[in-house]
Amino acid sequence: MTDSITNKKAMHDNTIAEIIAGLNAGEFSSVEITQHFLDRIKQLDSTYNSYITVNEASALAQAEAADKRRAEGNAPMFCGVPIAHKDIFCTNGIRTSCGSKMLDNFVPPYDATVVENFANAGAVVLGKTNMDEFAMGSSNETSFYGPVKNPWDTNTVPGGSSGGSAAAVAAHLTPGATATDTGGSIRQPAALCGITGLKPTYGRVSRWGMIAFASSLDQGGPMARTAEDCALMLNVMASFDPKDSTSIDREAPDYTANLDQPLEGLKVGIPKEYFEEGLNPGTEQAVRDALAELEKQGATLVSISLPHTKLAVPAYYVIAPAEASANLSRFDGVRYGHRCEDPKDLRDMYMRTRAEGFGDEVKRRILVGAYCLSAGYYDAYYRKAQQVRRLIKQDFVDAFEQVDVIMGPTSPSPAFEFGAKGDDPVAMYLEDIYTIATNLAGLPGMSVPCGLVDNKPVGLQIIGNYFDESRMLNVAHQFQQVTDWHQQAPANIDVAGGEK
Amino acid sequence: MEWETVIGLEVHAQLATKSKIFSGSSTAFGSEPNTQASALDLAMPGTLPVPNEQAYRYAIMFGLAIDADIAKTSVFERKNYFYPDLPKAYQTTQLEKPIVGAGHVEIELADGTKKSIRIHHAHLEEDAGKSLHEDFHGMSGIDLNRAGTPLVEIVSEPDIRNAEEAVAFAKKLHSIVTSLGICDGEMSQGSMRFDVNISVRRPGEEFGTRTETKNLNSFRFMEDCIALEVERQIDLIEDGGKVIQETRLYNGDTKQARSMRSKEEANDYRYFPCPDLLPVVLDDDYIENIRKELPELPDARHDRFMEQHGLSSYDANILSGDANMALFFETAAKTSGDTKLTANWIMGELSARLNAEELSIKHSPVSAEQLAGMIIRLVDGTISSKMAKQVFEAMWNGDGDADDIIEAKGLKQVSDSGAIETLVDEVIANSDKQVDNYRNADESKRPKMLGYFVGQIMKASKGQANPQQVNEILLKKLNDLI
Repeated sequence: MTDSITNKKAMHDNTIAEIIAGLNAGEFSSVEITQHFLDRIKQLDSTYNSYITVNEASALAQAEAADKRRAEGNAPMFCGVPIAHKDIFCTNGIRTSCGSKMLDNFVPPYDATVVENFANAGAVVLGKTNMDEFAMGSSNETSFYGPVKNPWDTNTVPGGSSGGSAAAVAAHLTPGATATDTGGSIRQPAALCGITGLKPTYGRVSRWGMIAFASSLDQGGPMARTAEDCALMLNVMASFDPKDSTSIDREAPDYTANLDQPLEGLKVGIPKEYFEEGLNPGTEQAVRDALAELEKQGATLVSISLPHTKLAVPAYYVIAPAEASANLSRFDGVRYGHRCEDPKDLRDMYMRTRAEGFGDEVKRRILVGAYCLSAGYYDAYYRKAQQVRRLIKQDFVDAFEQVDVIMGPTSPSPAFEFGAKGDDPVAMYLEDIYTIATNLAGLPGMSVPCGLVDNKPVGLQIIGNYFDESRMLNVAHQFQQVTDWHQQAPANIDVAGGEK
Repeated sequence: MEWETVIGLEVHAQLATKSKIFSGSSTAFGSEPNTQASALDLAMPGTLPVPNEQAYRYAIMFGLAIDADIAKTSVFERKNYFYPDLPKAYQTTQLEKPIVGAGHVEIELADGTKKSIRIHHAHLEEDAGKSLHEDFHGMSGIDLNRAGTPLVEIVSEPDIRNAEEAVAFAKKLHSIVTSLGICDGEMSQGSMRFDVNISVRRPGEEFGTRTETKNLNSFRFMEDCIALEVERQIDLIEDGGKVIQETRLYNGDTKQARSMRSKEEANDYRYFPCPDLLPVVLDDDYIENIRKELPELPDARHDRFMEQHGLSSYDANILSGDANMALFFETAAKTSGDTKLTANWIMGELSARLNAEELSIKHSPVSAEQLAGMIIRLVDGTISSKMAKQVFEAMWNGDGDADDIIEAKGLKQVSDSGAIETLVDEVIANSDKQVDNYRNADESKRPKMLGYFVGQIMKASKGQANPQQVNEILLKKLNDLI
């Protein structure tokens, strides 16, 4: 390609920080880079299936407007920077499907607060990314729009539920994408696709307009190639929102301010429970190498215990489905979304609409959730799970009295092949064994590329204390100053078909 | 054999907030369908509820008025069931931690007996929309204007023993919420709705199986419905049958009830705390500040009416019970300057007409100011009581204020003492026999004999002579003859 021959970076290889610099320096216009990404998506995304909807016309219109603003000298931070939104964020006038047939025809008349924040910051929205149906899945295989392929190996899954966002970033089909994380849906696909992703503290990013899976666990966050880019995106995303009662009224700092702090004196907690049976040896080695690198930077590793770790997955698979069973009841065919043909009566309409509109995994979780809440089972399941949740939270509270951050693997192994866990939901649920506890506790978590096993990326997870995203980003950024895992790209992302 | 009725009430009162409990949509009644339904009211995906503080304040006011504990921490839960007019397919309500805890309400019966009815709790919740089953060619229409209107649901203990107590209790609650200004009390618009739990038992035995009749929106329907259901249950048991736990519907127009669903068909509502709403934590100051601002409550007003206006307990009860009634009375009494006469007119003529036309005092065609204007003319002798009835009738029909009507109809009574004297003289001159009888009668019997003369004089004046003046002049003249 011309760009590589001249040894100049292709536009799509730029990070967000580099794009902002390039736009500011007049190296390219927003229309140019937007068109470049749109062309690239058109050319390559049939391989990855990372987008559900591409907004060519509106993206170019936004880019033109951005260039005009820049020319007028009042460009906000993200002015003209192309990004993509996970198709869970409502976009005014643009179909928002949540990966489901149920919402295949749903065009919201409002923007999610996150979408609005990016619009206010001047960002250009390339499109809406693919995802597991209603964010329920760890492989992106449950999407109504078909699975997303992992750009590192198209025979393997990108992780989920934000698999579309992760793959799009990894394949350089967008420099950054929004995503959501209910039990690991930002961090696990970030790990499997070799990119950087951050799930903020619960309440840090508004949930308004973000289609609910499990309201007490859902949290939006950024996915990008670097910690710095995630910091830039979080600066836009984090806000107190009076429209979300669970949003926390606390000023968001400038997340880029502390990126350059040295790690000298940093205390890193290493939970022994995160290195037990079930962890892929290659993954473990990559994580341990990363920890050793941080030690070299002046961090101290402290062995800690999070004794209730094993209970996190079972507690999560009571609480999340319970909330989902109620959250998804509104999809009844009455007001919007899918409705079955020629209903005989109300009951028939409900039953066929929901039978047709939802996929198997969604139905499974609705059933589990309704069961856990039903008369006679509530105390044994839901109430018990909430008690476990408090114990898990307390584990972390205790741990953070000794350490500044907690680290371990993001997921137990690198990307697996399609269908590998299709018949075994529990095996799939264990994908999130290291990520789920932070959602239950409401803590922020991050995944940073830290190695390759058989040319498949491994993610290092960084768990921070409440509202300590700045420190996590600082640690990740410092790690990325001395490693190049985040700069490695899948081999064939510039080739249609993607295969060797 | 003797039967005892056991009744508990669940009362839904719509709170008079301007906007809905979780959205900014208006709660105004009677708008075009779905014009007051936002994306949140439609349960569009991604929308989130934000609680309306005023609804909390109103619920707390109610709790303080019934001497209840106010929960320092209250929690909204989701009550799950599918119905087209319930857009989220769950109702946001309170179960384990309601805002208002146990309290009590005092009622007074017609014979003066007083009784305390315990309140189990009261909680905040959102109303559903409405399903419209006509005019949609075999389909149903959904109007979500009402969806999300704040309600306080007041749940009594089964302390009520008959229909009279039930109605007295319901009226007392109506009085409390309207006095507090937290509910407009418009029953015909569904602002207050009553679910009645009824069972029968032999005195001293355990409670019988109860039925619940839902959504009664008038005191009279409640009274009729209770009578009907009690009779049905007793007949059933005496015929060897069993009452089954069920939900029933009562049609006040046909006076018939039918089963809606049995316990077996009842939903498992799968309640759980709503994760979109954090628990609401109140401190003592917040509650105390609301307590300080509480308006006068019905019981206090009753006592004040007795003391300040010299009313009997019974009269005070009628005039203070309904907040609008109390306001009407006090406005009219203050303007007219005659409390007793005002009270009599309100409890007599006005109430009779309102009842006959099923109007609430709030919608009285005769305003408090108008009634007072008429009473002023009655007191100053411009019109007689009999004329006042004509004036009232004309005011009721919208013919204007008392003075205009008096003028238009030429209803002024004759208060010219010279003219009255002439009339008195004429009647005395033509009533020799009656004058003799009067003269010869024992003094104690004389007052009763005046009626004849007064009647004749009023007749001669075509009813326009001032009766008080007639009495005075007549008495003087007759006594002069003794």
